Amino acid sequence: MDFLNGITLIANYIIIPGLTYGSQLALGALGITIIYTVLRFSNFAHGEFMSFGTMTSILLTWLFSNLGIKLGIFPTAILVLPIAILITIFYCLIIDKFVFKFYRQQKSKSVITLIVSIGVMFFSGGLIRFIIGPGDKNFFDGERFILKAKTFKALTGLNEGLAIKTTQGVTIILTILLVFLLFWFLNKTKTGKSMRAYSDNQELALLSGINPEKVVLITWIITGTLACVAGTLYGLDKSYKPFTYLHLVLPIFAAAIVGGVGNPVGAIIGGFVIAFSELFITFAYKKIFYYLLPYEIVPNGLLQILSTDYKIAVSFIILVLVLLIKPTGIYKGKVI
Amino acid sequence: MYLLSGENITCGYSSVDILSNCTIGVKRGQIASIVGPNGAGKSTAMKAIFGLLGIRKGKIFLDGEDITNLQPQERVLKGMGFVPQTNNIFPSLSVQENLEMGAFIQAKNCENMLNYIYELFPILKDKRYQQAGELSGGQRQQVAVGRALMTSPKVLMLDEPSAGVSPIVMEGIFKKIKEIANQGTAILMVEQNAKQALTISDLGFVLNQGKNLFTDTGKSLLDNKEVRQAFLGG
Repeated sequence: MDFLNGITLIANYIIIPGLTYGSQLALGALGITIIYTVLRFSNFAHGEFMSFGTMTSILLTWLFSNLGIKLGIFPTAILVLPIAILITIFYCLIIDKFVFKFYRQQKSKSVITLIVSIGVMFFSGGLIRFIIGPGDKNFFDGERFILKAKTFKALTGLNEGLAIKTTQGVTIILTILLVFLLFWFLNKTKTGKSMRAYSDNQELALLSGINPEKVVLITWIITGTLACVAGTLYGLDKSYKPFTYLHLVLPIFAAAIVGGVGNPVGAIIGGFVIAFSELFITFAYKKIFYYLLPYEIVPNGLLQILSTDYKIAVSFIILVLVLLIKPTGIYKGKVI
Repeated sequence: MYLLSGENITCGYSSVDILSNCTIGVKRGQIASIVGPNGAGKSTAMKAIFGLLGIRKGKIFLDGEDITNLQPQERVLKGMGFVPQTNNIFPSLSVQENLEMGAFIQAKNCENMLNYIYELFPILKDKRYQQAGELSGGQRQQVAVGRALMTSPKVLMLDEPSAGVSPIVMEGIFKKIKEIANQGTAILMVEQNAKQALTISDLGFVLNQGKNLFTDTGKSLLDNKEVRQAFLGG
């Protein structure tokens, strides 16, 4: 019984939040990976694109709530997501037209475009705070839990509860769906193949008659979609605060690099590696030892390796370790 | 009358002329080779004819039509295929996807052409789901040629098809080139291995310093004492 209690504790505080946070990071890292392989630069503005998508979702949620349109037990944000995605894509395309396109035509080095993307990041951040304000916004509505801790306790008779939040369920399901769609698109459709061909060998793609403008357009459509979904899911799960998304860029980049730069499968794996490392290292193990060890020898401390304040540092450490030991990442990607 | 020709071309990079007043062409169903020492402007001539490099003087004709001002993609649609010397495949795509990308520009189904290419290069059929980047040099070259053939071009242009492969593989490639020409596709190629290239060529162009030095049938060039001494090693 104590053993099962321990397992439930881990599932409740590490596995389910890890899967959720990992999914959010994976979607973010996929967006960065797609931009990196096709347009060949590291897009630091991706976090703000996510933020922009979330902001759009929030504004639309408010609008829909005022109109009295709801989605039953699911958050309204899921209902407005398609519209928010379109608006985010539109924003990405505008930024591309007025900023990135110029540097692409100049055939600028990727480092220069990277710095440009930092500019875009600050601009977008400012714009977002101007529109929605810098404060905390909670836009979750609908049923809060799929599985309540109380219900779980009653069902199993354990001391520890296992709760699954609606946002966690929605995040994991939407991520699976989106990743499946993305891989189907890249591997099975003519347009998807032409995108991979373009990222492989631009010159030859031109000779084969692949239209680069179209490839760029589709790249932004995919990126906008991924950014909006990842951001909205993150905002639903935690809460939305523009500055959080500025910090989110770091674990996302870490995920993309750990997985292997430019490799979509790697980006997903990397997302989960980062998410679980953060949780495992900042979790207080006291209660688990309380269940697993005889009462007399359970230590008094929290048994936390690092305080949760150092969450961000964990992704930093992993990033540095990967770059030192295996710069190509888990799945062999391009070395930067 | 040439099927594809670049007539009196003058072109080059920046302000320097690499080619001056150079004429190169290939007739329907024939093989033509451009040979000459390093820096003679052979690859430049290919790029100019395919439209990858703007020309300053001269004209380019395909089947009697002036195509001087067309983009490379438009030339592909008109019936030209080009195999660059390096980076001529998509390494992370499978062999079959590489071939499909060759036919990207066409609206019609490429099933027939795929079968034809698998017949021509049986090894590609066995490896069609493998990543092209994992293949050997000779097999990659087959993928590259296959990709360019997917649009069933009237003229296939090959830039150094035997670069970086072993002599045995090279022989195989030349055999395939002859086979393609026998099917009715004209071939214009640049070759370092001048002797082998001229042996299978109907027409040869010897370039030196960006000018036409000799233009004759492959056989007469091989017999030409001057050509032999200067370019074919005796």
